[in-house]
Amino acid sequence: MTDAGPTNDDLIGVRDLHVRYGEREVLHGIGFDVRRNETLVILGGSGSGKSTLLRALVGLEKPSGGEIWVKGRNIAEIPAAEMDEIRKKLGMSFQGGALFGSMSVGENVALPLREHTRLEDSTIEIIVRLKLEQVGLAGFEDYMPSQLSGGMKKRAAVARAMAMDPEMLFFDEPSAGLDPIIAAGIDNLILKLKKAFRITIVVVTHELASAFLIADRMVLIDKGNIIAIGTPEELRRSAHPRVRQFLDRMPEPEVYEELDYLQMLTEEHRPRRR
Amino acid sequence: MVEVTARVGRATLGGLAYLGGLARVGRRAAYFTFIGPFKGRALRWQRVVHQAMAVGVEALPILSLITFFIGVILALQGAYELRKFGALHYVSSAVAISMTRELGPLMTAIVVIGRSGSAFAAEIGTMKVTEEIDALQTMALDPVQFLVTPKFLAMVVMLPCLTTWADLMGVLGGSLFGVSSAGFTFMGYLSASLDALFLRDITTGLVKSVMFGMTITAVGCYEGFSTGAGAEEVGRSTTAAVVVSIFLVIVVDLVFTALFYFMGAH
Repeated sequence: MTDAGPTNDDLIGVRDLHVRYGEREVLHGIGFDVRRNETLVILGGSGSGKSTLLRALVGLEKPSGGEIWVKGRNIAEIPAAEMDEIRKKLGMSFQGGALFGSMSVGENVALPLREHTRLEDSTIEIIVRLKLEQVGLAGFEDYMPSQLSGGMKKRAAVARAMAMDPEMLFFDEPSAGLDPIIAAGIDNLILKLKKAFRITIVVVTHELASAFLIADRMVLIDKGNIIAIGTPEELRRSAHPRVRQFLDRMPEPEVYEELDYLQMLTEEHRPRRR
Repeated sequence: MVEVTARVGRATLGGLAYLGGLARVGRRAAYFTFIGPFKGRALRWQRVVHQAMAVGVEALPILSLITFFIGVILALQGAYELRKFGALHYVSSAVAISMTRELGPLMTAIVVIGRSGSAFAAEIGTMKVTEEIDALQTMALDPVQFLVTPKFLAMVVMLPCLTTWADLMGVLGGSLFGVSSAGFTFMGYLSASLDALFLRDITTGLVKSVMFGMTITAVGCYEGFSTGAGAEEVGRSTTAAVVVSIFLVIVVDLVFTALFYFMGAH
């Protein structure tokens, strides 16, 4: 391994990561490590680039610069076949669940096992029941995703992500769109998985309460840059103004200079680039 | 002036890029269909059969009705001209040849575009919007292999089958006119149709239908994959899939008809 790669304790290492959509750069040189068996929460506001970062970590977004080391391989450069080998060791739970609508919940969970293993159908059936039981959905094998509530969909998605016994589990906004009680249930599920399995968890969220509850360490992202990294305690003590603003839930100041305000109203319309 | 050339250039580049995208989807689907199985990437027969049912068998009622009517229309239009020459008994050959060589494959393609090409785009587009395509990728499953290959194989097999059926229904439609107004008996009309046909008439139609099947699958799936974010984008790509498919099917038809004509001339 080259010097740039992470050490043995680190499962994932990000080095000077840049990601751009067209002409707009979303991440401006991000670097951090994820240690083996820790739960890392990536915290940030809407449009901060945190979801893009997660997509880059699982290889859905090609970096425009920098390195992403996962299990000792730089996934920014490896061919698709090797990426697929790494992907078999990771599970991802998407924001809306992303369950396949044409398959039952059980078939969804069974899919990676059917495709990537040579297990007997009866064995797969047992694993599916086990995984669904672990996320609190025992007995829901034959339901279609459209028959499940939002919280149940997310639990089913976690069960599917866990199907291959991954080393790494990624969550995109696990509590988005859920009421506080269901969201707390998902937090508990993550805590339970963390305790029960030796597994590395990366969670992207903007929910402060849930972040402080589940995190071993946190990364705070603002406008495509990391502004703080450390344990929840260290973040609470931080004096960085943007960190304080985020943690104390202060809105953006709305002070306009009069002249700027006038100019904003009168200037010619410029189409916004995406 | 510069503006105009720039616009033409951009449109040309856009068109070429689109064709490139189609070719990529088509090539990968063909790879997973014909070469993949020999490299340990098993075909999903269950999915292929499921798609073949949706694309082929379920299209039979509407396709039968449409091509039957087309057969009647062809007979009426042909008879209008043939009657002047007192050659009304040639109506059976006119219907049989134009059905098998042209209208059978083409009408089948149009019906399949409306039923299945649009459905491919809508299905894959919705999966794109709901992150299901991303989910497939993070599970180390190739979206083209998983979603497109079964459709591709089903279309390549089912379109010639549907076309054969359409040819038959067209001839039956023609026989309605033939028996009622041109003095044929039913069996006489059928044997007159058979006499008029060469095997080549049928095979060229079937070759075209295979090409149509590939075109429709590639366009439908490519439009699905290029769906942007949001539900209205699914609608856009579905519409585009239908319009572009019809256009490209006509282009492919033109190319192959010309090819067969000049090949037949020698």
